[in-house]
Amino acid sequence: MSGKTLSFHPDDRYNAFLRTIPEVSYGGGRLSGIPVAVKDNISTRGIETTCGSRILSGYVPPYDATVVTLLRKEGAAIVGKTNMDEFGMGSTTENSAFGPTRNPRDPSRVPGGSSGGSAAAVAAGLVPLALGTDTGGSIRCPAAFCGIVGLKPTYGRVSRYGLVAYANSLEQIGPMAANVSDVNLLMSVIAGYDPRDSTSLDAPYSHVPNMDIRGTRIGVPEEFFGEGVDPRVASVVWDALTLLERKGAEIITCRMPSMSHALAAYYVTCMSEASSNLARYDGVRYGPPSDVRKPWHEAFQERRREGFGLEVRRRIMIGTFALSSGYYGKYYAKAQAARRNVREDFRRLFSEVDVIAGPTMPTVAFRFGEKSDPLSMYLSDILTVPANLAGVPAISVPCGKVEGLPVGLQVMGRWMEDERVVDVAYAYEQGVQP
Amino acid sequence: MSVIVGLEIHCQLDTATKLFCGCSTDYRDDGPNTHVCPVCLGLPGSLPVLNRRAVEYALRVAKALHCTVPEESVFARKNYFYPDLNKGFQITQYDRPLAVSGYLDIEGDDGEKRVRITRVHMEEDPGRLVHKGGTDRPRYSLVDYNRAGIPLIEIVTEPDLRSPKEARRFLNKLRATLEYLGVFDSEKEGSLRVDANISLEGSERVEIKNITSYKGVEKALTFEITRQKNALRRGQKVVRETRHFVEARGVTTSARSKEMEQDYRYFPEPDLAPLRVADWVERIVLPELPDARRQRFMEQYGCSLIHARTLTGDLRLADFYEKVAGEDPILAATWVADTLLGELNYRDMSISAVPPEVFSGLLSLVRNRVITDRNGIDVLRVLLDQLKEKGTCETPAECVGRLGLRAIPAGETGDDPVTRAAREALEENPSAAQDYRNGRKEALNFLVGQVMKKTRGCAKPADVNRVLVRLLEEG
Repeated sequence: MSGKTLSFHPDDRYNAFLRTIPEVSYGGGRLSGIPVAVKDNISTRGIETTCGSRILSGYVPPYDATVVTLLRKEGAAIVGKTNMDEFGMGSTTENSAFGPTRNPRDPSRVPGGSSGGSAAAVAAGLVPLALGTDTGGSIRCPAAFCGIVGLKPTYGRVSRYGLVAYANSLEQIGPMAANVSDVNLLMSVIAGYDPRDSTSLDAPYSHVPNMDIRGTRIGVPEEFFGEGVDPRVASVVWDALTLLERKGAEIITCRMPSMSHALAAYYVTCMSEASSNLARYDGVRYGPPSDVRKPWHEAFQERRREGFGLEVRRRIMIGTFALSSGYYGKYYAKAQAARRNVREDFRRLFSEVDVIAGPTMPTVAFRFGEKSDPLSMYLSDILTVPANLAGVPAISVPCGKVEGLPVGLQVMGRWMEDERVVDVAYAYEQGVQP
Repeated sequence: MSVIVGLEIHCQLDTATKLFCGCSTDYRDDGPNTHVCPVCLGLPGSLPVLNRRAVEYALRVAKALHCTVPEESVFARKNYFYPDLNKGFQITQYDRPLAVSGYLDIEGDDGEKRVRITRVHMEEDPGRLVHKGGTDRPRYSLVDYNRAGIPLIEIVTEPDLRSPKEARRFLNKLRATLEYLGVFDSEKEGSLRVDANISLEGSERVEIKNITSYKGVEKALTFEITRQKNALRRGQKVVRETRHFVEARGVTTSARSKEMEQDYRYFPEPDLAPLRVADWVERIVLPELPDARRQRFMEQYGCSLIHARTLTGDLRLADFYEKVAGEDPILAATWVADTLLGELNYRDMSISAVPPEVFSGLLSLVRNRVITDRNGIDVLRVLLDQLKEKGTCETPAECVGRLGLRAIPAGETGDDPVTRAAREALEENPSAAQDYRNGRKEALNFLVGQVMKKTRGCAKPADVNRVLVRLLEEG
């Protein structure tokens, strides 16, 4: 990397960062000298990468994730690794082994998760750009709660090489920023084919946001305004949709029956994959070592019991159960069938509408500890998981406030039409500005 | 009581790089953990990318074994914990394998036999544990991931084999086939591992794991048959279980029952797309395989069936034979199949240690009667000893000269070395000579042996015979 350095000494009062790099060297390029925060489940060569877990404390990857390589190539200054729910398992960033991140809009509330650190770093103005990852809403949820923009790209559009796997078939790395243009810029840097990722698509992203959405058909599923959605949130989102209508879009209400099984399908799938992905943390190769004086299976048990937090252990247990013989058909296989239904629903809807829109989250940001039982926490993902199950792009853009707390408008698009969801978000963002 | 055997064979595919990363597979002479990268170490965030060549190799095998290749096959994760396992799961194929329903014809116990192949699938090799401080109770173990990610194919047969010998023959044929296909190197240590399922008719099935040699398969099965027969004789039942073969002691031992209850929780590998390679199969041009080559050896070189089968049963041997067949392919066949192989086995040497031109040289000395057959064998032994010791040897002609083993020309004059030696032998063994004259013709063999000894094998047996008979009848 050529000779310039950036000093980075942020006032991280919200605990957005797990670690920062005080002197960052950077090169030339489209992001030359721009500070970028990277979620801590994205591998950074020479910089500790823990996924918010004790089991990876001290792990310094010997390689850069492909997205990090792409950032460095464009001159970005990678200034730190952001806090997250352990391995991405959570919607509040409370599940970090290194303490929660607070929401810059209201420090008594969670920033959302699991990319809460990245969202808070952007919302607090510490960095203009950040990378998050989204398995079931982990970019869009904190973007909505912190009042910033976050895009979950089409599955395969951004390389996952170097992203520490939680649920491989669902997750994508994506851009987070204060506005749509910056999200668009960051997306253009990180997207593209990567031979190291077999699920990667050969579809570079090079787009200039266009606010002209005349004629765009926006589908609004009833289910996105159903039970559990705060009416005040619903009202703010309808206002936003009305604005888009005034800009020339057509609003078409519709139904998405597969939603009734989407959440269950999502959790069975991600927990099953997680139970397998997280098996490698045994203390043999990295992280705090196992006790070598004990028989290996005892040492593994001890290492994993101490290294993983409660929510991670819960998901590993459930996922292990869902895959076990005799239960596979009842859970994992059934979840895949439900997933196909979701995809089918999207396919059907997208033959009638160009994008689907609704709230990103059913509520505004929670207070700390508010969602203390796991089930009510899981329920808050209901509006974000369909896009992951179908692999389609989805963006969250701030669309107003409820009692001073930001609300996110979610726009989902056809497979590979990331550009279009960006355009709709851009039209809204530009439309509300005086 | 009939014996029913099925085999699961794991072979390392001889690709240059590993199954899911670019690391070299040529690790055997290097230190531990020197052929590794984030992918084969299973570092967080790494992803597998399928090696195209490995798929081609596996398809060659599928085609040679007459398998059907379905439109789509799927990689799956086999989840279990073990310190040598880099990711906590092995990427393999489960309910949708690369190829199914094939066969391999072998020389069975009762003639030609078709052994059905259930399936052929691809998977990655795990790492390797090195136990320190005693094999039975190691003090600690080290892990070497050089082997992790080496491409394997698993070939599963139907329970069509009926004896340990048949199992061995099947393996030999399979090995030859894989080597002919250019996808497998049997000389590489650990390149083959076999699990054998065996049951005596009417009894439970026992699985023997961890057999790592061709001979081992026959040994393990033979041991297991004896063990099971003894158990039944004593009125005990054969329990369905997994047993380990302990190569050093030639026995099988019961594995902990825990290992049997293992639930691998297979599910499709989300990081790899389904494999759609059925249309590659027709583009594969198979090389000449062992059966075809055997036929050709009989037609082109006039080899006997037995020689042809032996010579084509191993790729290197067949190649070697074709290099030395020369002007007298039948002589060459006899010398390679009957003499050279035995001498190599005795010395635990491989055919690749023998330069064909050395052997050709020896053959032409024998063929042109520069040395006798008997001394030809002696020269061969000397040369092989040299090759084994230092990897090179003198030329056969040099060896013959140095040891003074040139054949002695036949004598008619009465004053040649053969006749002199014959006279000596008769003088020294008057009773044998007398026996011969009394009609006990077999006494001649003894006298021939004596003359051969005196001429250090340089006389031609036919000459010795003739001279002795003449002298005996004269006297």
